Amino acid sequence: MENIVIIGNGIAGVSAARHIRKLSDKRIIIISGETDYFFSRTALMYVYMGHMKFDHIQPYENWFWEKNRIELVRGYVTKVNPEEKQLQIDGSRAITYDKLIVATGSKPNKFGWPGQDLHGVQGLYSKQDLDLLEVNAPNKEACKRAVIVGGGLIGIELAEMLRSRDIPVTFLVREDSFWNGVLPSGESKLINEHILDHHIDLRLGTNLKEIVADDDGRVKSVIIAETGEELVCDMVGLTAGVTPNIDFLKDSGIELGRGVKVNRFLETNVKDIYAIGDCAEQHEAIGNRRPIEAVWYTGRMMGETVAQTICGNKIEYKPGHWFNSAKFLDIEYQTYGWVFSERGMKEYEQHFHWRHAEEKVCITIAFNKENNQFLGINTFGIRMRHEVFDRWLTQEKDVDYVMEHLIDANFDPEFYKNYETEVVSKYNADFGKSIKMKKKSLKRIFAIG
Amino acid sequence: MSTYDRSMALTGQPPKELSRNQKIATLIGLSGLAIILLAAFNVDFPNKALWLSISLAAITSGTIWFSWDMYSKKEPGIKNDGVWFKSISSKGFWGWIAGISLTSFYIILYFYPEYLGLVQKGDNTGVIGLFDPLSRALSGNPASQWFVYGTLYTVAILAFGIKFMWKYRHNRYERIRTMSVMFFQTAFAFIIPELMARLNGSSVLNGGSLPYYDLKNMWPLNYYNFEGYRIKGFLSSGDIGFALLIFGVLSIFVISPILTYKYGKRWYCSWVCGCGGLAETAGDSFRQLSDKTVKAWKIERWVVHSVVVFVTLMTTAVIYSYLGNDTSKYWLTKSTFLVGVGVLLTSVFALVMIFKRDQFQKDAKYGAAGYLVIILALIGFHFFSGEGQVFLFKSETLRKSYSFLIGSIFSGVIGTGFYPIFGNRVWCRFGCPMAAILGFQQRLFSKFRITTNGGQCISCGNCSTYCEMGIDVRAYAQKGENIVRSSCVGCGICSAVCPRGVLKLENGPLQGRIDSNQVLLGNDVDLMTLVNKK
Repeated sequence: MENIVIIGNGIAGVSAARHIRKLSDKRIIIISGETDYFFSRTALMYVYMGHMKFDHIQPYENWFWEKNRIELVRGYVTKVNPEEKQLQIDGSRAITYDKLIVATGSKPNKFGWPGQDLHGVQGLYSKQDLDLLEVNAPNKEACKRAVIVGGGLIGIELAEMLRSRDIPVTFLVREDSFWNGVLPSGESKLINEHILDHHIDLRLGTNLKEIVADDDGRVKSVIIAETGEELVCDMVGLTAGVTPNIDFLKDSGIELGRGVKVNRFLETNVKDIYAIGDCAEQHEAIGNRRPIEAVWYTGRMMGETVAQTICGNKIEYKPGHWFNSAKFLDIEYQTYGWVFSERGMKEYEQHFHWRHAEEKVCITIAFNKENNQFLGINTFGIRMRHEVFDRWLTQEKDVDYVMEHLIDANFDPEFYKNYETEVVSKYNADFGKSIKMKKKSLKRIFAIG
Repeated sequence: MSTYDRSMALTGQPPKELSRNQKIATLIGLSGLAIILLAAFNVDFPNKALWLSISLAAITSGTIWFSWDMYSKKEPGIKNDGVWFKSISSKGFWGWIAGISLTSFYIILYFYPEYLGLVQKGDNTGVIGLFDPLSRALSGNPASQWFVYGTLYTVAILAFGIKFMWKYRHNRYERIRTMSVMFFQTAFAFIIPELMARLNGSSVLNGGSLPYYDLKNMWPLNYYNFEGYRIKGFLSSGDIGFALLIFGVLSIFVISPILTYKYGKRWYCSWVCGCGGLAETAGDSFRQLSDKTVKAWKIERWVVHSVVVFVTLMTTAVIYSYLGNDTSKYWLTKSTFLVGVGVLLTSVFALVMIFKRDQFQKDAKYGAAGYLVIILALIGFHFFSGEGQVFLFKSETLRKSYSFLIGSIFSGVIGTGFYPIFGNRVWCRFGCPMAAILGFQQRLFSKFRITTNGGQCISCGNCSTYCEMGIDVRAYAQKGENIVRSSCVGCGICSAVCPRGVLKLENGPLQGRIDSNQVLLGNDVDLMTLVNKK
C-alpha cells in the first residue's frame, strides 16, 4: 500500500488528505508540530475574543481522523531526505514515504528590526502565537498599551482582538492609507475611518525604527522612524505579512525560491514530492495571481487538486475566477474578479466607486475602459452572491449588464435595505448612461429555465 | 490553558467586567425580583397593584438599562466578545446557579402552586395574590399560577426582546423577527385570551364558556386542544366557539403546511411561537451551549420523533374516548375516526416513501416503518378487542402521562430551566412535536433553505457555535452545500455571525435546493466534476 505523508495539518494538507481518502485506500499520515488536530487558522482571533473556545474552531470531531484512517503524528519535521524517501521528526524519529506533500504554511515576516526577538514581541499566525498572546496581553492591567506594526489583514485582526479586552492599541501602518496596496483609495479611506471609530490609534505613513528592551529583556517601548517618538508599551505585534515556512527544506535538494517551487501540477523538482498551500510558489504566476498565494481558499483548492494527481488523475492546478473576503472590525469585505488599487491598476482598467452618504458601505467596480468588459467588484458592508459573479465573469459580461442586473447578485439577509438603485443612479451620473435596473429574478439568480 | 484570569479583580477584566451602570441596572432588576420573592414568603404588601407595578417596572427597566449600557456605546455589529469568559454564558458558576433557580421555579410552578399562594377557595395569597389586581383588570378573575407565569413570561420576552434588538441593531431580519415574537406573545398569548375570558357566559357565546385559547398555539404543541372538556367548551359557545374549533383543525392541517412550504418552519418557530420567543430573547445568551456532536443529533432525531408518536397516540386515544358508536347521533364515530387516523398516517408514510425515500437515512426509514406498524397495530387492536380501550392503556392514563412527562417536565422544567446548561432550544430541539412535524415538512416540502455562498467559507465555526439547534452548519458550508435541515428554526444568527457573508436564509425554487454535491466556486470546474464523482 502506498504511503502518503503530508507535512502540515492546515487547510491545504487536510483537504489533500480528505480527498485522497475519498479516492483511494492509500495509507495517509499527517505530521504537525503545531496542534493535534486540524483547526481553522482564520478563526484563532475569535478564541482570544471569547466568541468561541478552541474546540469550536476545529471543523471535525476528534473521532473523524481514526474513522477515516488518517493517521496523525505530532512533531516538527526537521529534515527531508529525498534519496531515501525519509523524514526526520524532531531530530530523531524517522518516517518513510512513497509520496510526500509539503503543506507547511507560512510564518510571520520579520524585517530585522532591532529588538524584534524580545519578550513581548510576537506575530499572530499559529496556535502557539495565540497562547503567547494570552501571556503577553491577558488584560488591560498587564498590557497597558500594545503597538501593532504592519497594516494588513492580520494587523487589523490583532487590533480588534486587543480592543475586545479594552487594551489601548497603536497601529503603525507604513502606507499612507490602510492596505492601499490592495484596496482602491476610497475603500482604504473608509477603513481608516472605521479603525478610528474603534478607538484605535492609527498612525499612517509610520515606520518602526526599533523596539526598546527593559532590564529583563522585555519590550519597554518602540521608537518611530519618522519622528523619533518613543511609545511606551507592553506588547508589540509584528504583522507585516507572512513568508513560506520552509527553512527545514534548505539542504534537501528540493528547489526553493521564496517558497517551494512547483509546476502547474504542484510537483516540485523532486519526483514524488509535492507542495501546496501558502508554502508553494508557482514558477510562473497564474493569470493575475501572485506566484505565492497565502489564502485559505487557494490552499483548499490545491489540496483537492493534488489529491487527484496523487490518485492517478493527473490534473493541473487551475483556480477559477479570483475571489476573497475579510472582515475589518465590523465591516465585511468581499471581492470577485480583479479590482486593483491605484498602485497596481492595469492600464486598461477603470473604476466606478460608490459610497453611502452616512453608513460605512461602499462598492468599487472595475471594468475595461476599451471594451467595457466587467473585471471585478469589491464590496464593503454588502454581501454578494459568489455564484452570480462567477457566472458573469465566465460569460465576460460588460459593466452595463452588471449594473442592470446588480440586484440579482445581492446576498444580504432578507429585509436588509438595498442600495443598488442608488449605486446604479450614481453610475449613470458618472458615465452619462441611462441604465434602468431590472427587478430581482430568482430564475436568473438560480439559472433555471 | 488560558492565562486570562490572572487579574485579582473580583469582577474580572473586559470584556466580562460590568460597568457601573450595568451594576446599578442589575441591582434594579434584582430588586424587582426581590419584591416577588418577598411576596412568595408571604410578605403582605399593602397596595398590591402598586407593588406589582413597581416590581415589573424594575425588572423591565433594569434589563433595558443594562442592555442600553452594554450595546449602545459600541459600533453596530456582532457583540459576542467574552461570551465564553462569562460564567453565566459558559456553564460556569452563575450558569449553574441560574439553571438550578429556574428549574426549582418550574417545579414549584407545575407541581406545588400552593407555595406560590394559590388558594382554591377564598383569596389568593403570596405571589399569586400579588398578581390578582392585574388579572382582575384583564379578565375579571383572580390570578392563577398560570397567570403569574404568563405575565412574567411576557415581561421577559418584551424586556429581553429589546435587549436582543439592540444587540442586533445592524440586522433588520433580527429586528423585525423580534418585534414579531414580542407582538404575538403580548397580544395572542397574553392579552387576547384574558379578554376572551370576559365573554364567557355572555350572549355572544350563547351563554357558553370558551376554553383558554392562545390562537397561535396549535396542536400538537397544545396537545390538549382536542380534549373533551375543550370540545364541549367550543361547541357550547355558539358560532364563535365552532369557528375556533375549526380554526384549530385548519391550523395544523392547512394553514401551517402552506406557510411552511413557502417560508420554512421559521414562520412559526422563530417568528410566532411563544416557546421560541422566550428562547430567542431571554435565552439568547445561552444559544452557544447547544451540543453540536453527531451523537447529539442522533439522540435528537429519535427523541423528538418519539414524542410525535406519543402525542399522536395520546390525542387519538383521548378523542376516541369521548366519541360514540351510534352513527345516527354522531357523524364521527369511534370506528370512522380510527380508520381515518390510520388512513391519514399510512398515506403520509406511503407518499413520502414513494417520492422522497432517497432523502432518508436507513435508520430513519426503519424507525418510521416501525412506528407506523405499532400505531396501526394498536388501532387494529380496537377492532379485535371490541369495546373499552384503545392502545392497551386507558386514554386518561396516556393523557396524564403525556401531560406530566412532556407537557410539564420536558417543555418546562428541562426545556426552560436548563437554558444555562444545555442551551436555549432544548425543548424545541429534543421535545417539541410541533417542531418535528414542521421540520418534516421543511425538510421535504418547502422552498426554504440556507444558501451557502459559493466557496467563501473559512470553516471558522461561528455559525455552528451560535446555532441554538445544535446544527453543525459549518459541516455543510465548508463543502459549498446548502443547509436544509428539519431542525433549523430560521433564527438567522448563523448568517449574522458569519464573518465572510457565506450564509443566507431564503425561499427559492425547489430545483437545486438540496444539492449534496460539493460546489466550491472559484475552483476549476473539471476538478469539481471529479470531486463529485462517486
